[in-house]
This record gives sequence, C-alpha cells and structure tokens, in this order.
Amino acid sequence: MNDDHAQAHRQACLKLVLGLLAIWFSVSFGCGILFREWLDANAPQVGNAPFGFWMAQQGAVICFVLLLLVYAVLMNRLDTKHGYSEAK
Amino acid sequence: MTQDHLNFIFIGLSFALYICIAVKSRAGSTKEYYTAGGGVSPLANGMATAADWMSAATFISMAGTVAMSGYDASRFLMGWTGGFVLLTILMVPYLRKFGKATVPDFIGDRYYSKLARGVAVVCAIFICMTYIMGQMRGVGVVFSQLFGIGIPAGVLAGASIVFFYAGLGGMKGITYTQVAQYCVMAFAYTIPAIFIAMALTGNVIPQLGLIGNYTADAEVIPFFEKLNNINLELGFQEFTAGKLSKINMFCITAALMCGTAGLPHVIVRFFTVKNVGAVRKSACWTLLFIAVIYLTAPAIGAFSRVNLINNLHQTSYTKAPAWFKDFEATGQMAWVDKNNDGVIQYFGPAKSEIGSNSVFQGKAPAYPVYDAPVEQRIGSLGQRLLANKGDNSNPNELWFGNDIMVMANPHMAGLPMWVISLLMAGCIAAALSTAAGLLLVLSTSISHDLMKKIIKPDLSDREEVRYARFASFIALVVAAYFGINPPSAFIAKTVAFAFGLAASSFFPTLLIGIFSKRMNREGAIAGMLCGISFTIGYIVYFQFLDGHADQYFLGISPEGIGFVGMLINFGVAFLVSAFTPEPPQKVQDMVENIHIPSGSGEASHH
Repeated sequence: MNDDHAQAHRQACLKLVLGLLAIWFSVSFGCGILFREWLDANAPQVGNAPFGFWMAQQGAVICFVLLLLVYAVLMNRLDTKHGYSEAK
Repeated sequence: MTQDHLNFIFIGLSFALYICIAVKSRAGSTKEYYTAGGGVSPLANGMATAADWMSAATFISMAGTVAMSGYDASRFLMGWTGGFVLLTILMVPYLRKFGKATVPDFIGDRYYSKLARGVAVVCAIFICMTYIMGQMRGVGVVFSQLFGIGIPAGVLAGASIVFFYAGLGGMKGITYTQVAQYCVMAFAYTIPAIFIAMALTGNVIPQLGLIGNYTADAEVIPFFEKLNNINLELGFQEFTAGKLSKINMFCITAALMCGTAGLPHVIVRFFTVKNVGAVRKSACWTLLFIAVIYLTAPAIGAFSRVNLINNLHQTSYTKAPAWFKDFEATGQMAWVDKNNDGVIQYFGPAKSEIGSNSVFQGKAPAYPVYDAPVEQRIGSLGQRLLANKGDNSNPNELWFGNDIMVMANPHMAGLPMWVISLLMAGCIAAALSTAAGLLLVLSTSISHDLMKKIIKPDLSDREEVRYARFASFIALVVAAYFGINPPSAFIAKTVAFAFGLAASSFFPTLLIGIFSKRMNREGAIAGMLCGISFTIGYIVYFQFLDGHADQYFLGISPEGIGFVGMLINFGVAFLVSAFTPEPPQKVQDMVENIHIPSGSGEASHH
C-alpha cells in the first residue's frame, strides 16, 4: 500500500476526529458546566427550560448521538475516497 | 388477578424467551465463545451493547438521583453518554482493526511486555468484579421481593440463571439474549414515563412535557417553575440549581467519561461485528438506544418528585396511599412522626438551623427484631417503627431510598398493574444483561490473558474454553458471596473506584498506544502505575480511612479524582518515554497499520 496515501488518510481522519471532539467538549463541558450560568441567563430558553440546564440534562445527549452519526458517515466516506472501503 | 400473578407471568415469559434464545445460539467454538463468530449485524450489536451498558443501577437509581439532586445529576447523564463518544471515535475502530479479542491483549502486544499485560488483567478483573457484585445484589433484591424469599436465595437464583446462559452460551448466546433484554428494558422504562407525562403535563412525549407546562393544577405554569417552587417551599434548593462546585462537577464528569471509554466489557462488544465500518455504524446505533433511556430518566426523575410530594406531603398517615405502606414494609421508605400529629411532613435542609434534613440518627433505617413486643414494632396509627432514634434537629419526617423513584413511579401515578409487572421484568433484564456481559470479560481475562498468555502458553483451544467456563463459575461464586454479604456501603463506594481506575489506567494507556508511535514499554508501565497508585491512594484515604472533605485536593471529591490520575498517567508516560529507547520497529509498524481501516478480518484470540 502506498505510504503517502496512508499518510493522507490518517491526516484527514485526525482532522475529523479533532473537529468532532471540539464539538463534543463545547456541548457538554462548555454549555453544560463551564458557561451554564451565563447561558441560563442570556441564551433563549428551550421550551420552558433554561438553556444551560437543558443542555446538561438533554441537549448534550442529543448532540452526542448526532456526533456519532456524522462520524460514521464521514469516516466511511473517507475510507471509500482513499480506497479502503470494504463495501460488499 | 393480583399483582403477584401478573409479575410471575411477565417475568416467566421474559425468562422463557431469554433461555430459548440462549439455547438456540449457544457457542460451539472458542471464536463463537469470545466474539460470537464475528458476524453480528450492527443493529443487533447496538441493542446488545446498550443492554450490556445499562446496569440495574442505571435502570433503577438514575432517575432517583435526578429527582433528588436536580442539575447535579447531569454529571451522570453527560458523563456516561459522553464517554461513549470518546470510546467510539478514539478507541474502538482501532482496537477492532488490531483484531485481538481482549483489551489486555492489545496492551500486552502494543507494549511488548508481560508486566503491562499483567497490570491490565488485574485492572480488568477488578473493574468487572466491582460491577458484577452490584448487579448480583440488584437481582437478589428484586427476586426476594417477587417470590417472598430471602435475599441470599434471590441472589443464588439470579446467579444460576446468569451462569446458565453466559457461562455456557458465550458471547454468541449473550449477544442475542441481550437484544431481547434491551427491548424489554426500553418498553419498561418509557411506557410509565409516557403515562405520567400525560397526567402531569398533558404531553405524550415525556421530554417535551418536561420543558412544557404543568397542567395538573387549575393554574397552568411552566413545569420547572412548579418544581423549583415546590423545592424552595419545602426547604430544598432549586431543582435547576446545583450544589457541587464547578471544578468538582467538571472533574467528576471528565472522570466518568474517560472511565467509560476504558471499560473493558463495553470495548469487547465491538469485536463481534464484521469490520471497522460496521463498528462505527454499530456504535451509532448503540448510543441511539442508550439515549432513549437516558433522555427519559430526567423526565421520570422530575415527574416523580412532583408526584411524590403531592401524594405524601401533609397527608395524614391513615389516608396515605397503599403503596407507601408496601414500601414501608420492605424498608425502602420510613416515617417518623416527630411532632405526633399523625401527618407526614417532608422538608429539606433549609428548614433547620444546622442545614440537615435527616429523619433519624444513622444512615439507614434499622428495625426492631421481629419477635420484639408489638408496641416497639408498630405505632399507634399502624406505621412501622424504627429502631433508630429520631433526629429532632429538623422537622423532616419522611425517609426514602433513591431507588424507589422508578419502582414507585407507576404506583404514585396510579398506572395499571401490567405496567408495574413490565417494570419488574425490565429491572431484572437490566441486571442480568450487564452481569452476563461482565462475566464473559472476567472469564476471558482469566482463561485467555492470565492462563494462556502468561502462565501456560501451550493451552489448546478446547482447554481454553473449559478454563473460561470454570473461571466464570468461580467469578460468579465470589460475586454471589459479596451480593449476599455486601461489605456494608462498600459497593456504592467501589463504583467510584471502578471508574477512577478505568480512567487512570486503561484510557490513557490505550489512547497513547493507538495514537503515538513513539510511546514505549517503560513509559506506559510507569504511567499506568503512577496513575493507578495516585487514584487508589486518594480514594482509599478519603473513602475507607479517615480523610475529611476539607482536605480534598482543589476541592475534588474521590468520584472525580480519576481525572487527575489520568493527567498524571499521561505526564509520567511521556516524560519516561522521552528518556528511554524507541519501541521496536515491529511495534511501530503495527501502530501504523491499525490506522488503516480495511483488512481487519475476523477478530481472533490468537
């Protein structure tokens, strides 16, 4: 297997993973813990719940599911692009 | 038909289903025993993993924790699901590509060292053992309530069922049983929530009801406002406010996340699917199935708190609902009539000068022996009397364990009997599925990592499976013993231990093993040992010796210290590896190779 090719694939994967981790951190630790009070006071309410509180109890979990969906789709697409797919 | 009959029917039917599946798909070879032959579909594996993941504690206690501590309970909600994200995008696809059946296998090969493998085996065994004890206890408690037998007999009955299909069926048997168990759990958890959401908020979907309005009174107000008002009025803090400090909240959440990402019994689940692409799909399904329950828990917690207070606070004991007396009889709720007015009062810490709302002296209720004179056992109104002295520093008279929130929920809302039976079946499914998954990891750790790779390398396939079955039997006996004789509050405390240990040992070691080519044996071992000993030392000092909360490092409680242990592990590992030779070329090539997703083949244990 071509070394440059593997290198490019690895770089692209790493970039994607780091991007997703940044979102992961900001929805959970960011919105749910670090900036919660500020968001509770200033961000629009979700239904009748304060934003930061809602993120900590519900929003973060919803975002996590979406993150994994994006991960599965984009990673499998990257694999295909670099010729590593195992499609049947 | 009585409630008991219905319970028997529901649980009997679900058991018949599990055993049927286990017998049909029992394992024939080592490959099927460890990895179910590697051909499980992503969807089925997703359900099975979700069932494996959600233990009896999650199923029963999480909503109760939300009800009691409001915002602070978010650390569990975010911690456990967020950890799953880490697990999926940083660990599992690479470990699946590497293709060995156990986590200590990867650590042993990646760091070319028997010592590293040994440390990993010990950690894996400890983590699983801690967990499985709690599961056995949970099964025992439910069985004893159900059949009216003692807890020891209940634990033994549970243990023999788990042994029957985990020990004999191997991974293949477990996987398909867990699929069925997930379905039972999901229905059991969401159906009561839907009924209650309709009653309290007029909304069919609990999650929407939670952020909607409270409609059960004449005056319609936002649900959270209602809950905050109730809490403040009774002397609790606002539901949407937290008590934990920000740094503590951060560290506990982080420790739970990293700990989750290092849990061996969840990682091995992904060795059952075909290839790396399927692993990613399967993980996505898993989190979706987990989210169904995790998003419902905050709703159940909040609703049941309102229901509980509406039902009991300022109600005279003689008019209290029948379920209250049932829970009183099993020792899960207690009432001490401090002011002798015959009315139940429930108050929070703000109603007393010293800021406590304890009902009686001591942590758990104690009861007079059963042959004590009747006036010591039963009060003038028929209430069950405690042996503990009442705590007269505050006006609170109502005590209940967190666990009753889920179990009493359908009673409080007046739901039909079959919902309660379904809940019982779901609770048992949760305990059995997790216990079975853990048992499998325990037995493979012993038979494969300990016996074959360290002690007796010339073991044949057939002998290995025999060792695995034997090991799972021994592990169950030990777990059952601790389920029957829990070392007092030991189990609850050791949960902090299990996560701290996973966060400070497996997570960093696996992570650098996957992403750094330069990390060598010396660095990894030094890092693991420093991280683990710091974490264990801290937890033991504060939980089991006489450490006091004032001495916490930066105010971090033992629950969250695994995060600091993890940072220490990272730091030491990089420092030591910088001054010691590079790992051999073979290992560097291997690290290169696990990043290439194709050609993973079937997971093997050779």
